[in-house]
Amino acid sequence: MTAFPFAAIVGQDEMKTAMVLTAVDPGIGGVLVFGDRGTGKSTAVRALSDLLPPLDMVAGCPCNSASEADIPDWVEVTDRTILARATPVVDLPLGVTEDRVTGALDIEAALTRGVKAFEPGLLARANRGYLYIDEINLLEDHVVDLLLDVAQSGENVVEREGLSIRHPARFVLVGSGNPEEGELRPQLLDRFGLSVEVTSPKTIDDRIEVVRRRDAFDRDRASFSENWQGAQADLRDRIVAARAALPKTKAEDDILRDCAGLCIALGSDGLRGELTLLRAARALAAFEGEPRANRGHVRRVAPMALRHRLRRDPLDEAGSTSRVSRAVEEVLA
Amino acid sequence: MNSQARWANAVRAFHCLAAAPGGAIGLHLRARAGDTRQAWLDAFDARCDVDPGRLHPQIDDLALFGGLDVAETLRLGRPVERDGLLTRHRLFILAMAERAEPGLAARLGQALDSGGVTLIALDEGCDADETLDAGLADRLALYLDLDGLRAADMPCLSPLELGEPVEDPLAQLTALAMSLGIGSLRAPIQALQVAAASAALDGRAVANSADLAFAAQTVLAPRATQLPAPPPEAEEDTAEQDTAPEPAPSPDDSITAPHDVVLEAAMAALPPHLLEALAKGTTPRAQGSGAGAKRKGNRRGRPLPSRHGRMDGRARIDIVATLRAAAPWQKLRGRVAGAPVALRASDIRLKRYETRSDRLVIFAVDASGSAAFARLAEAKGAVELLLADAYARRDHVALIGFRGEGANLLLPPTRSLVRTKRELGQMAGGGGTPLAAGLRESVALAHSARARGMDPALVVLTDGRPNIALSGTASRAEAAQDADAMSGLVRAANLSGLVIDTGNRATPALAVLAAKMGATCLPLPRADAHGLSHAVADAL
Repeated sequence: MTAFPFAAIVGQDEMKTAMVLTAVDPGIGGVLVFGDRGTGKSTAVRALSDLLPPLDMVAGCPCNSASEADIPDWVEVTDRTILARATPVVDLPLGVTEDRVTGALDIEAALTRGVKAFEPGLLARANRGYLYIDEINLLEDHVVDLLLDVAQSGENVVEREGLSIRHPARFVLVGSGNPEEGELRPQLLDRFGLSVEVTSPKTIDDRIEVVRRRDAFDRDRASFSENWQGAQADLRDRIVAARAALPKTKAEDDILRDCAGLCIALGSDGLRGELTLLRAARALAAFEGEPRANRGHVRRVAPMALRHRLRRDPLDEAGSTSRVSRAVEEVLA
Repeated sequence: MNSQARWANAVRAFHCLAAAPGGAIGLHLRARAGDTRQAWLDAFDARCDVDPGRLHPQIDDLALFGGLDVAETLRLGRPVERDGLLTRHRLFILAMAERAEPGLAARLGQALDSGGVTLIALDEGCDADETLDAGLADRLALYLDLDGLRAADMPCLSPLELGEPVEDPLAQLTALAMSLGIGSLRAPIQALQVAAASAALDGRAVANSADLAFAAQTVLAPRATQLPAPPPEAEEDTAEQDTAPEPAPSPDDSITAPHDVVLEAAMAALPPHLLEALAKGTTPRAQGSGAGAKRKGNRRGRPLPSRHGRMDGRARIDIVATLRAAAPWQKLRGRVAGAPVALRASDIRLKRYETRSDRLVIFAVDASGSAAFARLAEAKGAVELLLADAYARRDHVALIGFRGEGANLLLPPTRSLVRTKRELGQMAGGGGTPLAAGLRESVALAHSARARGMDPALVVLTDGRPNIALSGTASRAEAAQDADAMSGLVRAANLSGLVIDTGNRATPALAVLAAKMGATCLPLPRADAHGLSHAVADAL
């Protein structure tokens, strides 16, 4: 099934930038996308698999290990050839059980052969890729807790039913939802690196363009994808170049000072805000081919890095986006 | 729209569906079970040559996606896989779709997104709130409401009246969707597909204005959230000022003529509730489901003893208890030393947990003239403080306002504070005090909340001078009687409650009423909303 090309998505620049930044530096953490239905949230996430450069993987490894050395010891690998595969983008359905997420005792092996084997779950499949949760605010709290914990530590540890298993689970968590259907706890919001708000395009021309492209895509997926091949390849090359440039991209002391000043002005808890802001600014600089991050980069990533970290006054009318931009104007004048 | 035109649309809709089972066009059919719906389904069956897969709201993952068949596996001693419904069929009928939980809706939505399957959702809900999950409804192109149609009147498919050729139907449908206030961009795409399918039915290669009108009626009109503004002259002036010397070549010019036809068609099919809501000044916003997660009782909470059960992909097996259940039978089952334990399906024990359900605080707010003049602003302030508390405790809240002739559910149960705040701010005051209607609405909401696994509590804010009876007549005596009867209903519903007297002076009658409800009565001390909030926290 071909996915809609990422480069062909009309507008939604903030969301696209956020996705690209996490592709450049997965260490930024997850992305939270809030917005109405039918605004292209799922389309953008599912398009990532085609956009990102393929990864080398051991063919028979359930955790997408890069080399034989990385394969966890509990895996019985049958096929050790190394293949280039698309970056995994795994969908996590609502109402999923904990067993399916973390993996559990392989009931089939236990019942038929009487052996204690581990059946890997969605976390293993998402290793080195993306894990996408639509309607994250409707997901059961305990599953969200578990996901954030694993996303943070990069390792999935299963201790249950007599099993003791661990395997790497480094993925970028992408959550989407509609804030009118319930909010996320602030503790959870804080764990996401970036957050963006998407709305339907406001102008009629944009909307017509969206519908036109989608219609063209539905009519003939192959030729539509081919038309966008060039733009996709350009974007992919830029991401690859940015990944290579990232370790050399610098952030001077005055930029650190800016980040800290901004977070103090907004009163965000902890130091995650500063760190994410810094990493995102550096990733943006690398993506744009600049040798060092500057104030302009900080300005542009500040809303998405900080908007969800403000200490909430539940009765405050002003949106958090406007609070952040006000602080940006004051601190980075 | 008359019933003849509605039947014609309904018939054309199933022909569109039957022409491409597994295509992109789905259907949300709202009708109670009855001979009208049956007639429609029978006609559809006769027309459609694909065997539809039947789904029900409680379907589990194993049946849907397939997996290991435990009973067979145990019997044969080798893994036996079973196919799921999703792989066996292309067309699905979801019965009682209004009861589908968000989890199932999300799975079906994913299946629809990946293509190759079509869904007909039979929605039997009776209130406006009781309907298909909004995310899934957004993915189903067609919407039909068979309410008020008679089975005997069902017509055969007749070709559409002659339409005119249309220039750029895509742009027109998108513009129309926008003017109807439809945010989702799926809608115009679906309308385009429906128009194409309708054209193909009549043997046309290209959709004309009649096809577009059909699509507008069945796809766009049911999703409308606002009435399209008439093309205002004033806007043209500003547009000219903005776009410098040359008058902008308006792209709308070319599409105005047929656009009107399509717009009129859509207007004719606008749902009546929209007009009502507009008259009242409250446009229905994107409807959140607002339902808290239902407690399954097999994942978390205080552990209970495990119990015999079937593996359905949702529950967790209690391995130790299962082995313990199997142990006494090993000899009988002919197990030799060294062989794996012989298990039967009947040995399987599932883990169970007990959790406390979510709480719902229902605010019934008196917005009548008397209360509005006296203390409505203060009452709103008090509700806001209570809301902040409810937010901190992760309670759900719902808001009912009563004034004039009756009570309205302003906000269905939700955790979204932003929405609650907005609704509260928009609440207008004035009119009589239909206390009885407010109580009746609250009890109805409490019942439906209980059915969804929530634990409701009621907070009534009123000045306690009912003057409108349930029947809507303005009579103090009758109103007091009705309020009395309704407070008995509250007690019978066993709701923990609190009555807050917002009058300038405490009303003794209200204390009597509160006692009848089994609720505590608190006079709202002037401008001391904080104290009130503590009192509520203590009382509930």
